[in-house]
Amino acid sequence: MKALLLRDLMLAFRAGGGFGLGLAFFLIVTVLVPFSVGPQSDLLARIAPGVLWLGALLACLLSLDRLLALDLEDGSLDLLATSPLPLEAALSIKALAHWLTTGLPLVLAAPLFGVLLNLPGPGYIWLVISLALGTPALSVIGTFGAALTVGIKRGGLLLSLLVLPLYVPTLIFGAETARRGAAGMDTSTPALMLAGITLAVIAVMPFASAAALRVNLR
Amino acid sequence: MVLTVHDLSVARGGVPVLTGLSFDVEAGCALILRGPNGAGKTTLLRTLAGLQPPLSGEIAGAEDQVAYAAHSDGLKSMLTVRENLTFWAAVFGQRDITPAMTAFNLEDLEERLAGTLSAGQKRRLGLARLLVTGRPVWILDEPTVSLDQDAVRLFETAVTAHLAGGGSVIMATHIAPGIDAQVLDISPWRATAATRAGASDEAFL
Repeated sequence: MKALLLRDLMLAFRAGGGFGLGLAFFLIVTVLVPFSVGPQSDLLARIAPGVLWLGALLACLLSLDRLLALDLEDGSLDLLATSPLPLEAALSIKALAHWLTTGLPLVLAAPLFGVLLNLPGPGYIWLVISLALGTPALSVIGTFGAALTVGIKRGGLLLSLLVLPLYVPTLIFGAETARRGAAGMDTSTPALMLAGITLAVIAVMPFASAAALRVNLR
Repeated sequence: MVLTVHDLSVARGGVPVLTGLSFDVEAGCALILRGPNGAGKTTLLRTLAGLQPPLSGEIAGAEDQVAYAAHSDGLKSMLTVRENLTFWAAVFGQRDITPAMTAFNLEDLEERLAGTLSAGQKRRLGLARLLVTGRPVWILDEPTVSLDQDAVRLFETAVTAHLAGGGSVIMATHIAPGIDAQVLDISPWRATAATRAGASDEAFL
């Protein structure tokens, strides 16, 4: 399992691996928002948590179609399926690798991008906490979507359509945590709900992903 | 007896291609599958490898015993030869990749990126992967494609050594490799229109 994680990380950092793509997309979305809504700092401050969360979510979506498609193309997926590694574990590891290369950089860069949107002072810590709690769920759900659509030519759009509705609970509670944090209100309820969703998804989703992938490999 | 297949039917895309096939493969034996294109060799091998369920019938002795090698070698073009092989060795719980590198004459290519190899070199690396799996049953689909004569000889040596070590090999190939093997022509078991009727369980295909 360690070998698979290391391989996926190594591939992401080598040329053509797509590392930083999500981060650059997140930056561009964040920069474009003040242009589209106008430079009113009080309005920006009010919508900043929601915009940052939406940007992070879309950035996560960007690299999902590569998650399994590349392994299917070169035959590694067949070989992994016949290896001693359970498919559930292999997919969990691939989701973890996706989070480490996409989700974690977003979490770490979010405070910087918050400055661009005039995020209120107390919001920074809660923005980071909510993203740290929520983005693992985005990667795990995304892996399920990738497993569902892996054999399909140009399945990227279908993948987005399938995965985005499943992202709704995470988005609601994540953005609410960040919003309440920015407004100086109590955040414990949405933060706990967000953590609960993430834990449930991590526990259940790999089984669904592996089942979907087994059907697709036939 | 390593692998037993009894009254096996396999399907591709919901359409049965082989029905009522039975055979055994003993330890230390090789079996070569023959048949025209589309006879169902690849489908049969994928079923034996556990990548798809059989339509009916039984396969005994294949679970967690099988190393599968098909048309694509499972190589990452941005990893070196050594990194690719080390990865598969680690997945199968093995450590030493030197014998596999030697057996397929890959030492000189060790630090090359797999993406820069020729088709034959890639295939040699893909076959070297079999040696680092430590699995007793090799299931090979057209293993000699794009290999030159010297490389075919390396492959035959590796297969002979594997058989001598008590392993077994099932392969589909159109050439006649220089190894002792039973030959099984699967064309008599091809599914006909009569045996196909009502056999599909897939409603949406």
